Amino acid sequence: MPKLYTGAEIVFKCLEEQKVSHIFGYPGGAVLPIYDELKNHTSIKHILVRHEQGAGHAAEGYARSSGKPGVVLVTSGPGATNVVTALTDAYMDSVPLVCISGQVPTHLIGTDAFQECDTTGITRPCTKHNWLVKDIKDLQRVMYEAFEVATTGRPGPVLVDIPKDIQFAKTKYVSLKKEKKIEIKNKNRFNQKDIDQLIELMNKASKPIFYTGGGVINSGPKASELLRELVALTGFPITSTLQGLGSYPGEDNQFLGMLGMHGTFEANNAMHDCDLLINIGARFDDRITGKIDEFSPKSKKVHIDIDPSSINKIIKVDLAIVGDVTDVIKLTTKTLKRKNLNLEKSNKQKISKWWQQIQKWRTKQSLNFINSDKIIKPQHAVQRLYELTKNQDTFITTEVGQHQMWAAQHYKFNKPNRWMTSGGLGTMGYGLPAAIGVQVANPNKLVIDVAGEASILMTMQEISTAIQYNLPIKIFILNNQYMGMVRQWQELLHEKNYSESYSEALPDFVKLAEAYGCVGIRAENPDELDEKIEEMISVDKPVIFDCLVDQAENCFPMIPSGKPHNQMLLGPKDQEENKITGKGKALV
Amino acid sequence: MPKSKSAYSTPTKVSKLETHIIVVWVANEASVLSRVVGLFSGRGYNIESLAVAEVDQKNNLSRITIVTTGTPEVIEQIVLQLKKLVPVHKVGNFKRDDKNVIFKEMALFKVVGNSIKINKALNACKNYNPVILDQTKKSAVIQITALRREIDKMAKNLKSHGLISVSRTGAVAMTRGAEIFN
Repeated sequence: MPKLYTGAEIVFKCLEEQKVSHIFGYPGGAVLPIYDELKNHTSIKHILVRHEQGAGHAAEGYARSSGKPGVVLVTSGPGATNVVTALTDAYMDSVPLVCISGQVPTHLIGTDAFQECDTTGITRPCTKHNWLVKDIKDLQRVMYEAFEVATTGRPGPVLVDIPKDIQFAKTKYVSLKKEKKIEIKNKNRFNQKDIDQLIELMNKASKPIFYTGGGVINSGPKASELLRELVALTGFPITSTLQGLGSYPGEDNQFLGMLGMHGTFEANNAMHDCDLLINIGARFDDRITGKIDEFSPKSKKVHIDIDPSSINKIIKVDLAIVGDVTDVIKLTTKTLKRKNLNLEKSNKQKISKWWQQIQKWRTKQSLNFINSDKIIKPQHAVQRLYELTKNQDTFITTEVGQHQMWAAQHYKFNKPNRWMTSGGLGTMGYGLPAAIGVQVANPNKLVIDVAGEASILMTMQEISTAIQYNLPIKIFILNNQYMGMVRQWQELLHEKNYSESYSEALPDFVKLAEAYGCVGIRAENPDELDEKIEEMISVDKPVIFDCLVDQAENCFPMIPSGKPHNQMLLGPKDQEENKITGKGKALV
Repeated sequence: MPKSKSAYSTPTKVSKLETHIIVVWVANEASVLSRVVGLFSGRGYNIESLAVAEVDQKNNLSRITIVTTGTPEVIEQIVLQLKKLVPVHKVGNFKRDDKNVIFKEMALFKVVGNSIKINKALNACKNYNPVILDQTKKSAVIQITALRREIDKMAKNLKSHGLISVSRTGAVAMTRGAEIFN
């Protein structure tokens, strides 16, 4: 007779088979059998968070910085509902997560039992797929499928809901490698003809641009290498979405910076005026396109994406290539080389006018701001942070708001998987727990959460997790006492009615850091900024850095409401012409 | 024009609405219907009618037939989004005016009245394969199969013939000829 294993044992055996080394979780009544089993599996380390949302974001940070799926373990009822925000966030940003939730015993399901909720019902719209395991015999297959679904195609979160009696029930366990592989939908649906068409378009173009997104990062580090080769080979300019930053070196001359609502003047104008737009792994999000009718009106559009439903969802394209970015770029480069088109040289001539135009846009220096020697400008703080950390392999997470955009604009990324931010869902409170996950996956690296004082308070409790596991994350708060992006929109769009966007009561972040048992540092003026940042980097402990910045600063450039790419609002210098009054005007 | 106060773009020109029949073959497992229906409600698609039942016990397959209205772009999205669902095996998409596809709905009418009235009702249904499923001295249950608009019309017309209750299904569809949809 084969050995019988409990459901809890099977969960761990499956995790071991998937080579899971860390899980992020929080115990509770309905997952106790699984927690009881934890001690018997030393290769799996459990990170105890302070709130299940934190577990979800930490797993996201772990996944995005390591390329491996993040694993979350929570209890039934509130445990599951608390993780919903993180699951939705992961769904929007295509992050592979496997969430295991406890559930009340099967005979109590549907009776409004203590800590019962319809977990699979609640998480259905925010996962790629979910399962309620009602029979112990299904558990192993479901666990296997869960990892398969989360990590293949366009990645995303999945949830496995396991009732407590199933965790106790016993069955046999067969290593699945021997079993026949479960059928997975094929991801590549392109062929040589599509690539030939793409190359023909590239050949004809005189104003081409690459517009790359998170799909390049999700496709793995190889995709970024191949992208660099392709961009060099073609000589085309390249811009990136918020999620794609790092797939191409931020300081390279062919890189136009980020595009979209707070993208650079040159990137957005190039998108508007180009005659060939090659979208690689991005999804024409509304923060990117601006007004749809006037989006890149003169261009042929190519869309390379692993998810067929992304194609023609928002922008109708001329050529769709459905496949993994790595495979598509590889074949494109190979074909380019074989045809020996020598694009690099022949193109240089053809697109030199295009580059001249781009240079003209660049002279606008749209990321410029008016610096001050009395008060710390938030952009200046990010720039200094970059200058003082660029010599080491630094991982940046962010919360959501102005600070996030300033980080995206002024921190330059040279490698993929170094930039973790909540783009799709825009979850305030993402950055701190995400930084924990990043630090867990990258133990000896510098991990900084560029934060706002409002966002950070949403998941502040997780600093306690960082201390428990000696994770020396740095929380770099750009403190302007406002929900800055809300304040900015109220200033620009709602006649300066600053309704509820000012935090009248804030904690003393330095004392708060001390209360949690980590280090608090405050910078109040530009003179001490560098020194304080260096101090922060040198401390081998979690640090909360309270950087007091200009309260009135707005994030520019900006594509205002319902405007196309070529009608950007630039910084304070430009505002007078656009008849925007306010503090920005006083600065001119 | 008043200044827009939103950073979201305003809705732009909308193309013409079309009615389509979407046929979805799914694994017959718990909550699969809710996944399909949830996709429609969650993304703001519209369901005019829905019919679902297991069609292949051995392979555990159900066939869902959904009548929906949307712009061509929306219909394309519906099909692509459905294909992404894990339990979905294949998706068929037909225009309602496609001559190669048969669409049928079934309705049950309860008519109350004397035999003259009932006969009148039955006669009115004669083009839609009427079947009497139950008959008493003063009532009858008539089954018809027809198109949606025909059933709409009958449900209206039979009111004067003693119709007191209507029960109807969503449309089911099948292609004409020997070919099957793959």
